[in-house]
Amino acid sequence: MAFFIETLLGGLMSGMLYSLVALGFVLIFKASGVFNFAQGAMVLVAALAMARFSEWANAALGGDSLFLANLIGIVGAGAVMFVVAWGIERFVLRKLVNQEGATLLMVTLGIAYVLEGLGQSFFGSEIYSINVGMPKEPVIMFEGLFEGGVLINKEDFIAAALAAVLVGSLTVFFQKTAIGRALRAVADDHQAAQSVGIPLNKTWVVVWCVAGLVALVAGIIWGSKLGVQFSLVTVALRALPVVILGGLTSVPGAIVGGLIIGVGEKLSEVYIGPMVGGGIEIWFAYVMALIVLLFRPQGLFGEKIINRV
Amino acid sequence: MMNDIQHGDAVQAAVTGRKIGEVVLDLHNISLRFGGVNALTDISFNVREHEVRAIIGPNGAGKSSMLNVINGVYHPQEGRIMFRGEERKKMEPHMAALQGIARTFQNIALFKGMSVLDNIMTGRNLKIKSNIFQQALWIGPALREEIAHREKVEEIIDFLEIQHIRKTPVGALPYGLQKRVDLGRALAMEPQILLLDEPMAGMNVEEKQDMCRFVLDISDQFGTTIVLIEHDMGVVMDISDRVVVLDYGKKIGDGTPDEVRNNQDVINAYLGSGH
Repeated sequence: MAFFIETLLGGLMSGMLYSLVALGFVLIFKASGVFNFAQGAMVLVAALAMARFSEWANAALGGDSLFLANLIGIVGAGAVMFVVAWGIERFVLRKLVNQEGATLLMVTLGIAYVLEGLGQSFFGSEIYSINVGMPKEPVIMFEGLFEGGVLINKEDFIAAALAAVLVGSLTVFFQKTAIGRALRAVADDHQAAQSVGIPLNKTWVVVWCVAGLVALVAGIIWGSKLGVQFSLVTVALRALPVVILGGLTSVPGAIVGGLIIGVGEKLSEVYIGPMVGGGIEIWFAYVMALIVLLFRPQGLFGEKIINRV
Repeated sequence: MMNDIQHGDAVQAAVTGRKIGEVVLDLHNISLRFGGVNALTDISFNVREHEVRAIIGPNGAGKSSMLNVINGVYHPQEGRIMFRGEERKKMEPHMAALQGIARTFQNIALFKGMSVLDNIMTGRNLKIKSNIFQQALWIGPALREEIAHREKVEEIIDFLEIQHIRKTPVGALPYGLQKRVDLGRALAMEPQILLLDEPMAGMNVEEKQDMCRFVLDISDQFGTTIVLIEHDMGVVMDISDRVVVLDYGKKIGDGTPDEVRNNQDVINAYLGSGH
């Protein structure tokens, strides 16, 4: 039983991390109707900027204050994400007002390559580390309940709490505030949004900034867990089935989708894996997403697709 | 067709009760080309405060192009646009809203996934003063403002008689109601000039009557200047103070409904020159 709970918790924790990346997809889709393939590249750039800025700051400060160095790192990386958002709006999206979704999708593929290339040429392509002082040592809980207790990673706990706060505030931001409403309006219809005086340019910068910040949080957490390297880009691929499962337009969907997939992956690997020779973890998420697509094309929590004929 | 035009004298009487003011929008010699196609050629007309001004014409006459020029979506190659006595510079589409010009769309451009309420609330966008940080933190000023705007929007919902559908996603509504929501969103901007792009297109007789009533009520109650494009001549004649007639991008008539109705060029354009 303790082992089951351990696996379950492990799944929830890694699911939370998927959710963070998925959140970036959902934000941009909700606010501009674009499926952003560059989200993984944004996570990479954010993590690289964070790792390098804090490293440089640490060297400049003579290694005195890890906190200060990290603060400088976060501010620097935040600024980089702002520049990325502004650049994408200024040089790409502005030229593509009122274009088809497919066109914009292809554009984000291009943006992904540009970001990966530029990010690595600015910040280097080695493996870097982010140390935000997350406790690494595991703790044993519920010793009274189960024999031997349950082994939990403190770092995962903090990451999950961070993700939960982020998600809660973004949900409120989108559903309850005037700016959130404006963002959803722009996603729905450019022309109509302009007619009520919503400026497209500003709106897009805001959205990509928010997505950039989410990428930064995801980058810091993933980076401090796994190190910052090019393979972070593939994290975005793991988040793809999460958004399909949860629904492209739903912030809570990204979370629940992430949790389901995280748990599903771990449990299936442990309990079904041995029966078929293992390796389930890699494709399990995609199969789940596929099954959901068959029955609910809009995902578990997506806005219902309404077609009047 | 000519018989159609004779109807609606009762409505006409209601229209004349308003005070028509100064010229607010004055268009001089507007020409608009798309490549080699002349969409509008040398068109001049003006719009007075508080009036209902119609732009009519057969298909492809350039009516929608004209509306898009007024709204700042298209920029004419030639001509001047005077707005409240000042010449208007080339502008971005969202800036028309800043100047108090609202519009509806011929092919309904609503935010389909959002509720009726949220759709109309977007019309309040420019009136919202709290900044992104106050809103993000969901604190005092932003919250109070949201409530105030919500009250205004509820008034508009009452006015348009759509209380029963306020929480419905607009994508699920029938066409006639969507048109009304479109109008509601424009009204929520409290515009000085309201541009209506074929507000009655595709409606049945009953829906058309409702829409006519709303247009006249808006004019009477809020004093909004209304510029409306219509294909259906009968309806327009009933509710407009003055009418511009376009054909093949040129102006062929301008005046009161009676004047326009008896204009030989207009009769030819609508009925063919054989008559």
